[in-house]
Amino acid sequence: MTSMSSIVLAASEHADVVPVAADGVFSWMWLLVAIPAVSAAILLIGDGAGDHGPLDRFGHLLGTAAAIASFVVGVVGFVALLGQDVAERAVTQDLWTWMQVGGFDVTMSVYYDQLSALFVLLITGVGSLIHVYSIGYMAHDPRKRRFFGFLNLFIAAMLVLVLAGDYLVLFLGWEGVGLASYLLIGFWQEKRSAAVAAKKAFIVNRVGDLGLALGIMLMFAQFGTTNIHEVGLNVTNASQSVATALGLLLLLGACGKSAQVPLQSWLLDAMEGPTPVSALIHAATMVTAGVYLVVRSAAIYDLSEVARTAVVIVGCVTLLFGAWIGCAKDDIKKALAGSTMSQIGYMMLAAGLGPAGYAFAIFHLITHGFFKANMFLGAGSVMHGMNDDVDMRHYGALRKLMPLTFITFAMGYLAIIGFPGFSGFFSKDRIIESAFATNFWAGLAALLGAGVTAFYMTRVMILTFFGERRWREDVHPHESPKIMTVPLIVLAALSVVGGALTFSDWIEDWLTPVTGSEHHELGVPAWVITLIIVAVVAVGASLAYVLFARRDVPDTAPQQVSVFTRAGRADLYGDAVNEAVFMRPGQYLTRSLVYVDGTGIDGAVTGTAELVGDGARGLRRLQTGFVRTYAAEIFGGALVLVLALLAVNLA
Amino acid sequence: MSFPWLTVLMVVPLVGAVLVAALPRSRPELAKWTALGVSLVSLGISLAVLAQFDLDSGGFQLSEQHEWIEPLGVHYALGVDGIGLTLILMTTILVPIVIVAGWNDADGARWSVKTFFALMLALEGLVIGVFAATDVFLFYVLFEAALVPAYFLIGGYGGARRSYAALKFLMFSLAGGLLMLASVIGMWVISSSQGDPSFLLADMKDLSVGTVEGRWLFLGFFIAFAVKAPMVPLHTWLPDAASAATPGTSVLLVSVLDKLGTFGMIRFCLGLFPEASEWASPVVITLAVISILYGALLAIGQDHMMRLIAFTSVSHFGFIVLGIFALTSQSASGSTFYMFNHGLSTAALFLIAGFLIQRRGSARISDFGGVQKIAPIMAGLFLIAGLASLSLPGLSTFVGEFLVLAGTFTRSTTAAVFATLGIVLAALYILLMYQRTMTGPLREDNRGVTDMVPREIVAIAPAVVLLIGLGLFPQPILDLVNPAVSETLEHVQVGDPEPKTPSFPIAEGSSK
Repeated sequence: MTSMSSIVLAASEHADVVPVAADGVFSWMWLLVAIPAVSAAILLIGDGAGDHGPLDRFGHLLGTAAAIASFVVGVVGFVALLGQDVAERAVTQDLWTWMQVGGFDVTMSVYYDQLSALFVLLITGVGSLIHVYSIGYMAHDPRKRRFFGFLNLFIAAMLVLVLAGDYLVLFLGWEGVGLASYLLIGFWQEKRSAAVAAKKAFIVNRVGDLGLALGIMLMFAQFGTTNIHEVGLNVTNASQSVATALGLLLLLGACGKSAQVPLQSWLLDAMEGPTPVSALIHAATMVTAGVYLVVRSAAIYDLSEVARTAVVIVGCVTLLFGAWIGCAKDDIKKALAGSTMSQIGYMMLAAGLGPAGYAFAIFHLITHGFFKANMFLGAGSVMHGMNDDVDMRHYGALRKLMPLTFITFAMGYLAIIGFPGFSGFFSKDRIIESAFATNFWAGLAALLGAGVTAFYMTRVMILTFFGERRWREDVHPHESPKIMTVPLIVLAALSVVGGALTFSDWIEDWLTPVTGSEHHELGVPAWVITLIIVAVVAVGASLAYVLFARRDVPDTAPQQVSVFTRAGRADLYGDAVNEAVFMRPGQYLTRSLVYVDGTGIDGAVTGTAELVGDGARGLRRLQTGFVRTYAAEIFGGALVLVLALLAVNLA
Repeated sequence: MSFPWLTVLMVVPLVGAVLVAALPRSRPELAKWTALGVSLVSLGISLAVLAQFDLDSGGFQLSEQHEWIEPLGVHYALGVDGIGLTLILMTTILVPIVIVAGWNDADGARWSVKTFFALMLALEGLVIGVFAATDVFLFYVLFEAALVPAYFLIGGYGGARRSYAALKFLMFSLAGGLLMLASVIGMWVISSSQGDPSFLLADMKDLSVGTVEGRWLFLGFFIAFAVKAPMVPLHTWLPDAASAATPGTSVLLVSVLDKLGTFGMIRFCLGLFPEASEWASPVVITLAVISILYGALLAIGQDHMMRLIAFTSVSHFGFIVLGIFALTSQSASGSTFYMFNHGLSTAALFLIAGFLIQRRGSARISDFGGVQKIAPIMAGLFLIAGLASLSLPGLSTFVGEFLVLAGTFTRSTTAAVFATLGIVLAALYILLMYQRTMTGPLREDNRGVTDMVPREIVAIAPAVVLLIGLGLFPQPILDLVNPAVSETLEHVQVGDPEPKTPSFPIAEGSSK
C-alpha cells in the first residue's frame, strides 16, 4: 500500500465527534426497534394460540404495518438529523443498564448518527417493500403468520445491530439477525436440504462470531469499556499490535456474517430460504453487516495497516471468487448469491482502503441493496410463474409474458453491471478508482471483477428472458400480481436513480464525520479510468452475448466443461475443503472421544469397582462355613499375633 | 428474636415431604396436589426472603445461630448472602416446574406416587439447607444427606439401568464426601488447636492455616465439589444417572444438586482457603477448559438425548468453574448468574426431551425426524431451550457466559480463547439435535408424537419467560450477586486487572 501518511489526521477526525444526548424526535428512536419487536412477539406467541384465528387472517398485515411504521420513524429521524448542525449529528440515548459487574458496564443505548441513519432507511425501507411483496409471494403458505413474525424479528435485530452504542449490544443484534436468518433459511424445514442449510449458516457464522466475541473481550481487557465511541477514543493510545489484533478479530466476524472468503460457504446454501428472505437478508441487509462493522470500527482500522490490508485482500479474493461462482451456476438464485458475495467483496475492498474508501463502501452497499433486492424479488417473481423452478435452463423468452418483471429486472441488471447513469455505475466506479489510487493490484482485481460481473449477469438475463422457450410442459408463465410488482417497480426506480446520492459528493460529505475522508490522486484523469471500466464491462457483456444468445442452450448442464466451470459449479470446492479439514477430522475426534470416555475414563472407575468386587469374591472363599476352616484360621491368626509380639519384644 | 425465615424455608418442604409420604397410597392425585402446594408455598417464602434481603448492606443476612454440639463447636447456623439466595431462588422456582412437568412420571412405577413427590420435597428442603448453612459441619451433614433422596429418586423411578446408575451416583458422591469429611475434621483440629473449636464459617475463615495444610485441606473440599459439579474426569456418573432417571429427577440432579459443587467452590474453597485457591487456580482453570471442550465434543457424539444434555452440562459446568477460579469479579458474578440460568435452560431441555421421549418411546435421536410438523409448540420451546443452552445473546445464559469469558480474558487470554471455542461446539450439538429430531420430513413412526398439553406448557413457560426476561434485564440478579462476589474476592485478596491501555482523556459533555 502506498500513501498512508494521513493516518494521524484521519484518526483525529474521529475524536472530534462528541455524541449529544437525545432530545425531541431523537428520544423516540427506540421505537424503530420496539415496533417490529412487539409485532414479532405478537405474531410468534400467537402462533401457539390455535389456527385460523384473526391473527392468521391479518397477521401478515400487522407485520407489514410494523415494518412500515418503523420506516416512517426512520424517515422522521433522518429529516431531523438533516436539520441538525453537523457537530450535533451523533445522538445518543441511554435506555437501561444491560449488565454491570465491577468495571464491566454495558448500557443498552441508541446511537443514532449519519451512518446508522442511512442503514435505518435501507433496512426499514427495503424491508417494508419486501414485506409487501411477501404478502403476495407467501399468500398460500399455511404458516404465513410465522413467516411475518420472523421477518419482523429480523428487522428488529438488524436495527439493534446498527443502532447499538456498544459492541456488546451490536453483538446482540448480530446474533439476533443470525437467528432470524437461521429460522428463515429453514422456514420450509420439512425439506431436509433447508434444515441442513439453516444449521450450516448458523454454525459457520458462529465461527465468525468467535472473532467478534474475542474482539469485544480484548476491548474490555485493554480499555475497560466496550462502548463503541470510547473504544474509538482509547484505541489511539493502544499499541500497534492491539489495534491489529482488534482489526483482525473483527474482520473474522465480518467474514462470517458477510460470507467473505474463507467463511463464504453458507451463503449459496442459504438460498434454500423463501426468495423474499434471500432478497432482504441474504442480499440487501444482513450480509452487509460485516461491512458496517468495519466502517463503524474505522477508528481501529485507521491505526493498523496490517488489518486494513487483510480487509483489502479478503475483499479482492471474494469479489473474484463470487463472480467466478456466479458464472457457473444454472440456479438463478445461486447465480445471484455468487454475485452478492462478489459485490460485498467490493464493499470490503473499499472499506479496507481506509478513510479513502469507507464512504464508497457504504454508497455501494446502499445501491447494491436496491438493485440486488430488486433482482432477487424479480427472480422470485419468475419462479412464481414457473412453478418454483430455479433452473435457468428451463426458462427463456419470458420477457413478453412477464413484462413488468422483465423491465424491473433489466433496471437492476443495468445497475449492477455499471451501465453509465445507473446507480451501480457511480458506486462501483468510485470503488475501482479509489482502489487504483491506493494499490494497483486491488484496482486491477476490481476492474476484472466488473468485467466478469457483466458477463454472468448478461448470461442470467439472456437465459431467463431471451432466446427460445425451454419450459417444462406443465408450466404456464404469467406475470405476478400487483402486490408483488409494485415493490419491484419501486426498487427498479431506486436502482436507476440511487446514484444521485453521490451528486456533489453528498454521501461522502455526509459520512465524513463518521469515517473521515481522504483523497488519493490518480496518475491519470478519472474519466480515463471510467472509460476503461465501461470498456471492460462492454467486453464482458458481449462475450456473454456471443456465448449464450447466439447458441442453443442445452436443457441439462453439459458435463464436458472446462476446469474453471467445474470448479465454479462446485463453489470452488469450499465445501470439500471444509469437509476434509474440519468435518471429517471432527467426526473422527468425537467418535474417538466417545470411545475413550466409555472405556478409558469410565473404564478406570468401573474397573476399580470391579477390582474391589473381585477381591471381595476372593476373600469370600475363606468363609466356607466349616468349623475346621475357622479353627485353622483362628490358629493361624493367633500364630501371627504371637510371632509379631515376639518380634517386637526381641527387637 | 427475629422470625427464623431461613429455618422455615428449609423446614416447610421437609415437613411437606413427611406429610405427602403420610397420605394414603390410594390417592395419588392428592399427593401430587399437596406436593405442588408445598412447593409453591416454599417459592412464596423464598420470595419473602428476597424481599427482606437488603442489597446495600451485604454480608450474611437473616442469620440464625444456635449451639448444637457444644464440645465440638458445632452450631445450627443459617444465613444467606446474594450467592446463596440466588441459588435458593433457583431451587424454589425449579421444584414446582419439575412437579408439574413430571405429574405422571411416577404413575406405574415400582414405588408409590406419593413417595416420588415426597422425595422431591425432601431434596428441596435439604438443598435449601446446604445453600443457607453457615456452619461447616452443618453444611457437610446436609450436603451428604441430600444424596439420600436423590439416590432413591434415581433408583426407585428410573428406567432400565436405574439401579446401576443410582449406585454409581452414590459411590462417586460418597467417595468425594469422604475426602471432604477428612478436610472438615482437619479444619476442626486446626480450630481446636487455636482456642475453642468452632465450625462456624466466620470463625474458620479467620483461622491461620499453614500453607501446606491449607493446600491439602483445600483438595479434600475441591475434589468433593468437582465430583458433584461434575468436572472431567470425574463426570462419568452423570450421563448414566441422567439417562436412567426420570426427566424431573435429572433436572433436580443437574440443575440443582450439581450446583452444590460449584456453590461449594465459591463459598468454601475460596472462602476458607484463599491462598490455596489461588495456588490451584492454573490447574483448575486448565481442567475447566478441558471440561468445556471435552463435554461439548462428547455431546456432539451422543445419540441418546438425555446423555447428550448431560454432556452439555459437563461443558457448562466447565464455564462455571472457569469463572470462579479466574478470580475476577466479572467472571465470578458471571458464574453465579450462569448457575441460576443454567438451571433454567437445562431444566427446559431435559423436560421437553422427556416429553418427546415419553411420546415416542425412544430416547435415541436417530429414531426421530420431522416432529416440528405435528408438534410445533414443542418444537418452538425446544428450540428456545436449545438456544439458551448455546448461550444466544438476548437469553440470560449469554450474560453469564460472556461475563465468565470477559473476566477470564483479563486474567488468562489463552484460557479464554480456548473456552470461547465452546460457543461453536455448542451450536453444533444443539442444532444437530434439533435438526435431527424436529426438522426434515415427518417419519411415519413419529406420527404418534402429539404436541404439548396445557399442563406441560404451564410447566415450561416460567423457565422460558425468565430466560428471555433475564437475558435483557439481568441486572436485578447481578445486583444481588455482585456484593457477595466482591466480598469473596476481597477475602482472596485479588483485584480485577486494570485495563491495559491508558485511558483517553474523555472530553467534557461526552455521553458517559
